[in-house]
Amino acid sequence: MIKFGIGQSLARVEDARLLRGLGRFTDDIAPPRSVQMYVLRSPHAHAEIGGIDFRAARAMPGVHTILTGEDAAADDLGGFPSMVPSTAPGGGPNFTPPFAIIAHGKARYAGQPVAIVVADTLEQAKDAAEAIIVDYEPLPAVASLADADAPGAPLVWNECPDNLDALATFGDKGVVDAAFEKAASTHSVEVRISRVSANPMESRTALGEWNEAEERYELTGGMQSPHMLRAQLAECVFKIPPNKIRVRAFDVGGGFGMKGVPHPEPALVLWAARKVRRPVRWTSERSEAFLSDCHSRDHTSRCELALDSGARILALRFFARANLGAYLSLAGLHCAQGNIGHLSGVYTTPAIYAEVRSYFTHTVPIGPYRGAGRPEAITVLERAIDAAAFDLRMDPAELRRRNLIGPDQMPYDTGFQFTYDSGNYPVSQTKAEEAAGWANFEERRLESLRRGKLRGIGMGHIVEIAAGMNDEMGAIDVEADGSVTISTGFHNHGQGQETTMRQLVSEFLGVPPDRIKYRDSDTDVQPFGFGSAGSRAAAVGGALFKAISEKIIEKGKVIAAIMLDTSAEEIDFVDGTFTARSTNRTATLAEVAALAHQPMGLPQGMEGGLSHKQMFRPKGPTFPNGCHICEVEIDPETGRSEILGYWVCEDVGRSINPMIVAGQMHGGVVQGLGQAMGEFIEYDEEGQLLTGSFMDYQMPRALDMPQITTISNNVPSPNNPLGIKGAGESGTVGAMPAGLNAVCNALQPLGIRHFDMPATPWRVWQAIQHAGGIEALHKAAHETA
Amino acid sequence: MTNTLTMTVNGASVTRDVPANTLLVHFLRDSLRLTGTHVGCDTTQCGACTVHLDGSAVKSCTTLAMTCEGSDVTTIEGLASGDTLHPMQEAFRANHGLQCGFCTPGFVMSAIKIVERLGSGFDDTALREELEGNICRCTGYHNIMKSIRAGAEAMTSKQKTSPDNGAE
Amino acid sequence: MYSFEYHRAETVEETLKLGSVLEDARFLAGGQSLIPMMKLRFAKADNIIDLRDLDELRGIEVAHDIVSIGAMARHAEVAASPKVQSAIPALAGLAGGIGDPMVRARGTMGGSIANADPAACYPAACLALGATINTTGGDIEADDFFQGVFETALGEGALVTGAEFPVPDAAAYKKFRHPASRFALAGIFVARFGDLVRVGVTGAGRQGAYRWIEAEDALTENFAVNALDGLHADPSQMNSDIHGDEPYRAHLVEVMTRRAVLNASAHCGDE
Repeated sequence: MIKFGIGQSLARVEDARLLRGLGRFTDDIAPPRSVQMYVLRSPHAHAEIGGIDFRAARAMPGVHTILTGEDAAADDLGGFPSMVPSTAPGGGPNFTPPFAIIAHGKARYAGQPVAIVVADTLEQAKDAAEAIIVDYEPLPAVASLADADAPGAPLVWNECPDNLDALATFGDKGVVDAAFEKAASTHSVEVRISRVSANPMESRTALGEWNEAEERYELTGGMQSPHMLRAQLAECVFKIPPNKIRVRAFDVGGGFGMKGVPHPEPALVLWAARKVRRPVRWTSERSEAFLSDCHSRDHTSRCELALDSGARILALRFFARANLGAYLSLAGLHCAQGNIGHLSGVYTTPAIYAEVRSYFTHTVPIGPYRGAGRPEAITVLERAIDAAAFDLRMDPAELRRRNLIGPDQMPYDTGFQFTYDSGNYPVSQTKAEEAAGWANFEERRLESLRRGKLRGIGMGHIVEIAAGMNDEMGAIDVEADGSVTISTGFHNHGQGQETTMRQLVSEFLGVPPDRIKYRDSDTDVQPFGFGSAGSRAAAVGGALFKAISEKIIEKGKVIAAIMLDTSAEEIDFVDGTFTARSTNRTATLAEVAALAHQPMGLPQGMEGGLSHKQMFRPKGPTFPNGCHICEVEIDPETGRSEILGYWVCEDVGRSINPMIVAGQMHGGVVQGLGQAMGEFIEYDEEGQLLTGSFMDYQMPRALDMPQITTISNNVPSPNNPLGIKGAGESGTVGAMPAGLNAVCNALQPLGIRHFDMPATPWRVWQAIQHAGGIEALHKAAHETA
Repeated sequence: MTNTLTMTVNGASVTRDVPANTLLVHFLRDSLRLTGTHVGCDTTQCGACTVHLDGSAVKSCTTLAMTCEGSDVTTIEGLASGDTLHPMQEAFRANHGLQCGFCTPGFVMSAIKIVERLGSGFDDTALREELEGNICRCTGYHNIMKSIRAGAEAMTSKQKTSPDNGAE
Repeated sequence: MYSFEYHRAETVEETLKLGSVLEDARFLAGGQSLIPMMKLRFAKADNIIDLRDLDELRGIEVAHDIVSIGAMARHAEVAASPKVQSAIPALAGLAGGIGDPMVRARGTMGGSIANADPAACYPAACLALGATINTTGGDIEADDFFQGVFETALGEGALVTGAEFPVPDAAAYKKFRHPASRFALAGIFVARFGDLVRVGVTGAGRQGAYRWIEAEDALTENFAVNALDGLHADPSQMNSDIHGDEPYRAHLVEVMTRRAVLNASAHCGDE
């Protein structure tokens, strides 16, 4: 029985349908009478909308309705609020314009919905949209973080001078400044974290239905958190009770945080469905996704380290600017400032001070993407460490080692924001270094130099908060035949919860996974759920199902005691069987479940059935960690980088399914490397998107990416009963600094101390040119030879 | 403006009336309700829509349905025989070659033709080159590579013993 | 995609007749460029004439030191053709490096030539090899055929039926891929016929594919990498986008030309 349980690399249950093309993605669902929605989007980053003439369009073939911001205002539809409070520059709460579902009077980013057309077919809707005449009065726009507070910059919101929405400070500046005064050396680096787009392969989708019989809305779509979206739609957009909306998600083709954010279109399809009394379908096209999906990161900062004479960190100062886009998305400010605690990293840094300024720009709002603030903070910190090592002519691995938090110091209060639960960072670094051959790297660098290539190695030593959003609800129903149905608020969009949650329940109740049914994410199944985000499902789900299983077993023991003529205290439950300790008589879970469903056979007053539903909150967050190493080789003639190898020694606490954990690492690493090496979103000065398709946006291909070696150094977390820490995001958080440090390290022989991502061939080539070009390389080769 | 279109899909002859501007992918998804073939981009790059057309892997989002009149098309739904997965599907399952599963049908369809072209003795770079037309956002490609290697082994060792395994 | 009527014919003659009677008609070969443009509504036509049945345009022949390739030969067919591999391996390699396997299974040589995408691979080979483009309006030398970005000398209503590539003594194609689109950021085809060397450049130039005459002169003088020392591609002739400005593209032209010369007579290689 245990072979299905925790720790087994069980092949995934969901693969059977996904591999046969039998998945149920939202666009696969075409209800009878359904119609298509097309969203007409603002071509301007900033414009007054004088009027919208859609008379001709409305009369075109197949068109059912056309709706605009004026209609939304007439129907009193609201927008989606920010969930992260912050402080305005002058004190007091920051200005919080909700994320509008459709522009009314003014468009604030290129791609903002201006009107929707509902027609029998998408082509008809597009034809009609081309016939809509919008009276735009284009206004000057500010499209980059760098220009957000430039003198005379156009304002996104008049309420926010200089477009500065929030100024948040963390830590004691006086203490930190004093430490800098005493420092033997100080090191400063300015780092830009480029703007990227999550780009799950299934773009966003929404199917809206108005259930006439029940007088309520029904939404099916690609999302990570059905319950959160329902709450927002009910409370903020439609202003109706939540049970007047049902939200479901079936198969979802990747989310990465971006699909955790409420976007306008799910609200628009529901609104339209009620108007036309038909199911309304919307599936974002990829070019539409680039315009309208919340983008991510887009952050610049200066990080300063104060070291003592032994290269031990005394203090850290951090000054950041973060882009918010034109509106506050649900978690936009969370990305900017919510994960600032990661500046502590894996190091004993006695004092940290951070200032984060968050700005509006005329761009699509910023939302979370794998890491959501973690990779920003950790990348800057890890770059600062490497820059300090550069200044001190020291091995960056050695500089890290001198500052690592020791295993004997756990749990470790960083003194800033986090208390780390457990981990053995020095051992992770040793294992990663050994796997990567860190000690012999200089030989490989020379070998490359002889071939005219620049070789570099980089380390990213990371720790990240997981399972920080604690509460989750789940349920287990044991049927009369002993089969089990489970539900949670999590949503599986690739992470494998359909398998891992079954493994957990299999472990706890001794039921084989194929007798466990996993219910789809559905707000009708349970009233609450937080959803999948923040690397939480394994840690929180493990604790949750353990708690629920214990309740099931507790009741099962009472029933088993009746069957076995003993008392509940005399019953043990092991591997799916209840055993009476004194007589060794047994009853299986199925037998107990059968009796549980025959109320006539139960004592007076005992409730029938064998089910339990509850919410659960583990003791505290967990801190997955790991040491990442990346090795690259740059062709200085073209600037092209080849990633030669990648090694990560990770601590996820405990693996439910090691195969799935490794898969999460691989995928996370490539998303981090993708950003470090090539991905970027760019707008021009007018706020027009320049990276609007895969023709311009460099998605990582197989050819661009390396084999990834994963090594485990798990130290169980004391913060939940299974010791699980989480695995979803740490790959990305580690790969951004490891990849970038490798590129910077490769460029180091040219005297380059810091290079900003992305390491596209052109940018790397330019950096080499500015450093003196190939001639400087030859000189370096000569000197090192 | 509609045309009557007949082709063979997964071994069965199908006839439907379609507008001339119908893409093969929409013919499969909307007219035949074979929704395992996906659309992941609009610039012919991601390969989620890959199917076999007269023996070649092609992008069904960049092929007019009318161009396929009289052709033989195999989709992801046509690979398994009964309960038995195609060796390439099985290899993806056994090696965790998929996460969200959205790009997966395209990768499996591509991979089968890669193995038919290259056999099983390809090197890493050759395989990565062959995957230029398929984008995955979840797996980092690591386990996809592993899956295709395993699938290649299985396909070449079982070669020609199972003519109805879906690979044309 | 805007709506259109769909047509096809069995022969070139009937196809041309369709083209002449139908309003606003466009020929569809492999569709790997036209269909994406139509999907995004960047291109439209009232009538699409599908060339799929024109088997007469599929042949690949080598005779008298000329490789003749029918317009409807797919990139995958050219790449896998033992005749092309043996006569002009660089050309087979070029075809085998276009797009990806699925694009190569559909895309055709004729479609690529007629489309004249400024980053397409084939035009570089046509220019460097001094190909003759066969059209229903007569043969056109490659030098005259490519007239700019998506601009060719192909007559109104005419069809590319094939191309004839003289077999060089040595040739190589080196392509530096655009990181996102994977088209050529700079693709260089170098061909040597006796002492005479021709250099075709794609991807980099502002006016589409072109011949780099200065490099040709230098290499004709001395077919060696160092013959290119001190020679610079003119940045003012270069294209620019977010993945490479004019000086970078000019530099890549120089680098890829050197590498092509080094590889000449060897197989193609992509960067």
